[in-house]
Amino acid sequence: MKIEILGAGCPKCNQLTENARAAVEKLGLEDCAIVKVRDFNEIARRGVLVTPALLLNGQVKVIGRAASPDEIANWLRGH
Amino acid sequence: MKQWKILSTLVLIFLVSYFLPLSNPKAQKAILEAFRMLQWYARNHTLACVVPALFIAGAITTFLSKAAVLRHLGPKANKVEAYSVASVSGTVLAVCSCSVLPMFAGIYRVGAGLGPAAAFLYSGPALNVLAVFLTARVLGLELGVWRSAGAILFGVIVGILMAVIFRREEQARGAAVMQLPEPSVPRRKLWQTAVYFASMMLFLVFSDWYNPGNVTLRKNDGTTLQVVMLQETASDIVFQVERPAGNLRVGDKITLAKTEIASMEEAKSWVMTVYHVKWRLAGLMGLAVLWMVWRWFDRAEVREWMANTWEFTKLLVPLLFGGVFAVGFLGELLPGQQVAAWVGDNGLLSNLVAAGVGCLFYFATLTEIPILQALMERGMAQGPALALLLAGPALSLPSILVIRSVLGVRKTAVFTGLVVVMATLVGLLYGQFIQGGIA
Repeated sequence: MKIEILGAGCPKCNQLTENARAAVEKLGLEDCAIVKVRDFNEIARRGVLVTPALLLNGQVKVIGRAASPDEIANWLRGH
Repeated sequence: MKQWKILSTLVLIFLVSYFLPLSNPKAQKAILEAFRMLQWYARNHTLACVVPALFIAGAITTFLSKAAVLRHLGPKANKVEAYSVASVSGTVLAVCSCSVLPMFAGIYRVGAGLGPAAAFLYSGPALNVLAVFLTARVLGLELGVWRSAGAILFGVIVGILMAVIFRREEQARGAAVMQLPEPSVPRRKLWQTAVYFASMMLFLVFSDWYNPGNVTLRKNDGTTLQVVMLQETASDIVFQVERPAGNLRVGDKITLAKTEIASMEEAKSWVMTVYHVKWRLAGLMGLAVLWMVWRWFDRAEVREWMANTWEFTKLLVPLLFGGVFAVGFLGELLPGQQVAAWVGDNGLLSNLVAAGVGCLFYFATLTEIPILQALMERGMAQGPALALLLAGPALSLPSILVIRSVLGVRKTAVFTGLVVVMATLVGLLYGQFIQGGIA
């Protein structure tokens, strides 16, 4: 499984990364990589207009806000 | 990167403290002026304007669905829709001008294309709640209205021109597909959200209600004057003369200590009538908002709202008040004749200079307002002020470099040129309008 966090390094992007990490730890997933994407040409190429955003296996799950660890854990469970 | 910024700020403060020539009368005056300006903002704009606007900005990011707006900027949206949404959505999408550039890149690459993206980039930074209200309050209602209207209208024109000039290259784009998360189930009905936002906006309108300040002033020595109150600090008030008296001409500015003033009588008008009950009206709106929050929102949502508000506060308040202080200090050292010589009239050259300068300089979010205030006090005319307001936040040397990485050299050059030309034109138009209004 692959989580991508899109954002140029704003406080909310860091918050989202933290929350994603917390969710992964909570579920004890070992094969889940968290990748940060900072360059916004790269971000646009993924079809996302508003940061921060979280992509799970290439699918946009949230844009524009830092989703809570529980929310992220729910998406992870669904996969 | 961030640690490096903190260090340079500390070093800067250190160097200023180390070398500041405190015995120099010019420096003393500048320090005093910096604090005077800071006090004026603290007294007049903080509680009534900045604080409520921060809460609204927080609410906009928390409760308005960005996906709903972005849908209208997608590649499939029709042209009229895309342009109109792009030019006004700055209010909702770009609560802080720092987010304008990435969104611009997104709209260009995967969304509605070059035209709407350019329209968004031009109008976005001028339309956030704080910029709109603070401009109207500090620089005058007319300039505030023209700034917003000019940004929207000329954003569309710049966008369409860009799209027409580069119509051939438009087809090659669009490799990526816009991705939006699945729509979440709305927790409130649309009208509830609308009423909630309307009440908050009305709170701001009333709390920020404008006092035209026309008064009949009676001094201790018995003379009376027709004046407009401009600025009030703890000890004195600055007035502008409305009717000639003695050696004072219309438009002259005088500063009087409060102890010199025997009485002031206000001119009567409906604006003043509302002004006297403004806190009651605002309070009513505040209670309505509280009631709605209590009935319609759950605890997690309110917490998120407060967290977002706090984010903005941390981001904007140091910039704004630091900017006010710095501008107060540096503005005092600025030679007034120089300002008047470059941008003192509403002519073509003045507007062009203002637009060009605005285009290259970087204005941290909202600092364009105190900067303009200082410049206008030193003789900058209204037209160039608007030109600077329009070109300033949309572009700066650093942002031009970023735009170049998205659009390439040619499109960036054309866009920059268009922004300068459009800002100059709006400035000219507004300058003529203002002069016509007075004559």
